[in-house]
Amino acid sequence: MTLTAPPLPTGPGPGGAGTGLPEVTPEFERAAARADSRRGFLMSLPAYVYLVLFFTIPFGIVVVYSLATRNTIGGTDLAGWNLDSYRRLAEPIVRDILFRSVWIAMLTTLICLVVAYPFSYFIATRTPTIRNILLVFVMIPFWTNFLVRNYAWRVILGSDGPFAAVTEALGVGRQEILFTHSAVILGLVYGYLPFMVLPLYAAIERIDGSLIEAGRDLYASGAQTFWRVLLPLSMPGVLAGSILVFVPSLGAYVTPQILGGGKSTMLGSYIVVQFLTARNWPLGASLSFVLMTVMLTATLIYFRAGGRKL
Amino acid sequence: MPSAVPAVGLHRITKRFGDVVAVDTVDLEIADGEFFALLGPSGCGKTTTLRLIAGLEFPTTGRLRIFGDEVGTLPPNRRPVNTVFQNYALFPHMTAEENVAFGLRMRKVSKAEIEPRVRDAIALVHMEGMEQRRPDQLSGGQQQRVALARALVNSPKVLLLDEPLGALDLKLREAMQLELKALQREVGITFVFVTHDQGEALAMSDRIGVMDGGRLLQVGTPEEIYARPANRFVADFIGHANLLDGMVTGPDQVTLTNGITIAAPSNIQPGGHVAVTLRPEQALLHPWGGAPEHHTSVDGQVEQVTYLGNALIYRVSFQWMHIDVRSENRPGGDPVSAGDEVTVSWEPSSVAVVQD
Ligand SMILES: Nc1ncnc2c1ncn2[C@@H]1O[C@H](COP(=O)(O)OP(=O)(O)O)[C@@H](O)[C@H]1O
Ligand SMILES: [Mg+2]
Repeated sequence: MTLTAPPLPTGPGPGGAGTGLPEVTPEFERAAARADSRRGFLMSLPAYVYLVLFFTIPFGIVVVYSLATRNTIGGTDLAGWNLDSYRRLAEPIVRDILFRSVWIAMLTTLICLVVAYPFSYFIATRTPTIRNILLVFVMIPFWTNFLVRNYAWRVILGSDGPFAAVTEALGVGRQEILFTHSAVILGLVYGYLPFMVLPLYAAIERIDGSLIEAGRDLYASGAQTFWRVLLPLSMPGVLAGSILVFVPSLGAYVTPQILGGGKSTMLGSYIVVQFLTARNWPLGASLSFVLMTVMLTATLIYFRAGGRKL
Repeated sequence: MPSAVPAVGLHRITKRFGDVVAVDTVDLEIADGEFFALLGPSGCGKTTTLRLIAGLEFPTTGRLRIFGDEVGTLPPNRRPVNTVFQNYALFPHMTAEENVAFGLRMRKVSKAEIEPRVRDAIALVHMEGMEQRRPDQLSGGQQQRVALARALVNSPKVLLLDEPLGALDLKLREAMQLELKALQREVGITFVFVTHDQGEALAMSDRIGVMDGGRLLQVGTPEEIYARPANRFVADFIGHANLLDGMVTGPDQVTLTNGITIAAPSNIQPGGHVAVTLRPEQALLHPWGGAPEHHTSVDGQVEQVTYLGNALIYRVSFQWMHIDVRSENRPGGDPVSAGDEVTVSWEPSSVAVVQD
């Protein structure tokens, strides 16, 4: 790879002969701009290659398979493209899983938001030292494998586990929520909470504290100040956190599999079943396509909102 | 008709932050309709005092009254005061108009009433036509006006202003000083104005409270504070002062540390360490021995001449001490230059004796 510098014009510069400075002619500027954009392209080339190899091409393959037909022996005929697998998405069993996945992901996002907001506010209003300690605490779970942490929850929520013991001690009987939707939501909230805390913290930390005081000074109660001043100003964080939690929750596979008991609670498990067990690749591919489209849309919203000043 | 009850009354107010005593047993009464300045160097507790009145801090000890009502523990939204914050603290997600309407909306004032009041407040600060702009589309001076309107629209009983002109450049600041003063007369609301700029305090206030280290050192009109500073700090902080250290050696007489004795009336016991303060513009410069009879005078030598444009400052040394003499720069008269032997004199009543 060779980078060519723009040709240096010869001849006397604007400062007269002998200054030794190149003259800044329009041609020189254009050449410099061309060299600049060429350098920019070369530097981002690896990213483009990566994107094409590992995203665009696989995505194209998924689209192709979603339009194919499953033959009687469990193989896939690529000839004769049709929309049959998309029609199947409207069947009650598939539709229910789709809706349930969206619903669980939304609930997870909402719970994360409600739990993370006061916590993020607390962190953001501490002194810098305490702030950093708390942020490290938020990130500590990442030091352990995600799978291991999910199995830990399985032990906690299991029939002989501490969760049941605690609920019994509280006088509400032995609650065994393992392999229920509640367990899945709990696991997802646990897993993705940091993705909500961090952007919320960043957004709240940026808000000038005197704005809150101005709200109180202008006759707003604490609650009114929250709704009218704090929340609108932390909206970029709320949006970023919600998308960062919603997107992986919607496509979650490990947590519903381990804590939901593998009953195809969510889309991820169902897609795996289509590819590996039912051998219905077109249906699996069409579901994957829908899932990826939702995620891409959410991500686009995120970047759009991030670029705009709220 | 101003009320006879003080607008703000602080009674032995102390505020501690851990080990820091930000406000130290302050007693202060601010009259209804007054333009009151809290003046002092950075960190002296001005902002904290203002925040105590606003309800953004609560006193550690002491009592706080607003028009006779005990408010020491009320939250800010339940006090009849509004604040113009140091950095304006305009809500960035609202237009100028929405900012101004905020307080009225929070108090559930009817829509029909909000609209004309917001319009009047915006007109009061000359911001017509800017209603739909957001704070980041306004200049510093314009933001300042919106912040003023946002506070005044609520017709507070007391308006608190924390260095409101601090962020403006000199020309704008001077214009705003006059405007703010005129505005205060027009609305008749008590203003409590925090500043570290003594010139600003002298120019704008009915009365000034000088603070240092959390204590209120002196309260008085600008004239009182300037002519009769209560102690060395006030004398030094307000305007320019010659501070001549010495000791009281007799009735109305002080012997300076260089051995020269001068007349200086005070009611301080002999033996007390004091400083004699003399404003540079109160001192007069004469050719050697040319002082008027009834003046106090010292003989010395011009050490340095500083040209200020409209005035000249002569630094005159006499026996290892020195006095700055300010004289207006008028044409004519004998030019005086460094090294000349001169006599400095002043009216005996123009010196003040202060203790530390
Ligand atoms: N929230 C706080 N926590 C701890 N110390 C504070 C706090 N607010 C003010 N102080 C201290 O109190 C003193 C007075 O501060 P302040 O009232 O802001 O002074 P000023 O406005 O005169 O510059 C300073 O020493 C400051 O550091
Ligand atoms: Mg301050």
